[in-house]
Amino acid sequence: MQALKKNLNDGSDLRAARQATMALLARASASELHAMLARLAPIPAASDLRPTETGLVMLRGRTGGDGAPFNLGEATVSRAAVHLEGGATGFAYRLGRDVGAARAAAIIDALWQDEERRDAVEAALASLKARLEAEADEARAETAATKVDFFTLVRGED
Amino acid sequence: MYVAAKGGEKAIRNAHALLAKRRRGNENLPSIGLDQIAAQLTLAVDRVMAEGSLYDIELASLAVKQARGDLIEAIFLIRAFRTTLPRFGNAQPLDTSRMLVRRRVSATFKDLPGGQLLGPTFDYTHRLLDTALGGGENGDISGDSPVASGGDIGDIPAAPVAMPRVTDLLGQEGLIEASPADDGAEPFDITRAPVAYPVDRATRLQTLARGDEGYLLALGYSTQRGYARSHPFVGEIRFGDVEVIFEVPELGFEVSLGTVQVTECQMVNQFKGSAEVPPQFTRGYGLVFGQCERKAMSMALVERALRWKELGEEQSAPAQDEEFVLSHCDNVQATGFVEHLKLPHYVDFQAELDLVRRMRAEHEAEMKEAAE
Repeated sequence: MQALKKNLNDGSDLRAARQATMALLARASASELHAMLARLAPIPAASDLRPTETGLVMLRGRTGGDGAPFNLGEATVSRAAVHLEGGATGFAYRLGRDVGAARAAAIIDALWQDEERRDAVEAALASLKARLEAEADEARAETAATKVDFFTLVRGED
Repeated sequence: MYVAAKGGEKAIRNAHALLAKRRRGNENLPSIGLDQIAAQLTLAVDRVMAEGSLYDIELASLAVKQARGDLIEAIFLIRAFRTTLPRFGNAQPLDTSRMLVRRRVSATFKDLPGGQLLGPTFDYTHRLLDTALGGGENGDISGDSPVASGGDIGDIPAAPVAMPRVTDLLGQEGLIEASPADDGAEPFDITRAPVAYPVDRATRLQTLARGDEGYLLALGYSTQRGYARSHPFVGEIRFGDVEVIFEVPELGFEVSLGTVQVTECQMVNQFKGSAEVPPQFTRGYGLVFGQCERKAMSMALVERALRWKELGEEQSAPAQDEEFVLSHCDNVQATGFVEHLKLPHYVDFQAELDLVRRMRAEHEAEMKEAAE
């Protein structure tokens, strides 16, 4: 997301920035997404390119962690595709069954693609990003507090 | 054979109503919330997701509640639910080397890069019942987080630390076999096509990943007790959050869908070598949704035992019998077949009864004839 600060004149940079935004939107709670939409109002009317729906994605692992893939099990995923009146088309794919949240995320994805509104969308994403970073930091710190140094002892009888 | 029976509608309706009442229990007590189940019975929820083969914490919590805590029943509910949804596609394989690690230990290397991180574990607890937990709200206080309460905060990483897999460290010296290469082939999917034995390693792993924890634990245990001994070490166990990456067809690029929690176990086993391969360590692999460490370890032990043919070992034990192990490890299939025995079998049994009566009559006639 730091990439956004620089000029997005390169297509691959733009795509990477959009991917980073979509990754954030996939991790947002429904209330965070609706709060973002409220903050970004007014928003053009959105029409569904296809009905929002919940389905499955097969998750895979790799044999030995880095080898040939195998099917591990499925996860629920909700998706939405919207078109904003006079604007862009937005997509969302998120783990879970909240189709309303997926639709909100798709609308925000569409807004992000509008260069005029991108900065506002980025600003609206800031608190979500901070929350996710704080949670990851807390998890790392809690885990680090359980770091042990085992040491081996020489057996008396040897 | 099971023959359909008719009737009993009213009794069945009433039985289901009674089941609902018993599930709810004492109505003077609050009903358990799904958020409470997800937050406080986490490992039950994880097991339901792993063996239900569907990652959805809220649904698994609902299944645990609806099944009155019967986890196999909950797994059954999840399996039934998943059949109602379309599949959007396949995610990219999870990259466990980029995990947000919440626990990571190795029994083979004490000083491994990234460190030994115990995380939330039952290991080293004294297994003494904590009666304070039963004492209501005040007894169940977790205290401050270990960090805030003055844990060793000296080396808390400000940024993610690289956590190379232990098998990568051994692999650099060629002391351990490499993982089978990814040749780009689509892995077999047991939920889409019937399984014909023998099967490949990917099919085994998928089957074991959703297999019953107790069954795999017993089989893994049997290998330790000498039935296909493989002299295992836990190279590494790690548990944490991994990102789900999915290539969205209509966009033509990959999108991150969020994170899931998985437990990975790398079991390292002795191998004496063969004509083609010098002595080296071999591996068994376990990967399971959620924090299911016992299951991941058992899976890795059984996975290694099933590789006997590939490694030129002798077949001598139940845990090596691929068709037996894999075709009985699914607890939904197993419970379906075992429990169907209690459904009406009146017609079958009537036929058996007639047969036994006829045989007895014939037997009696023969005895009489012999006596004359």
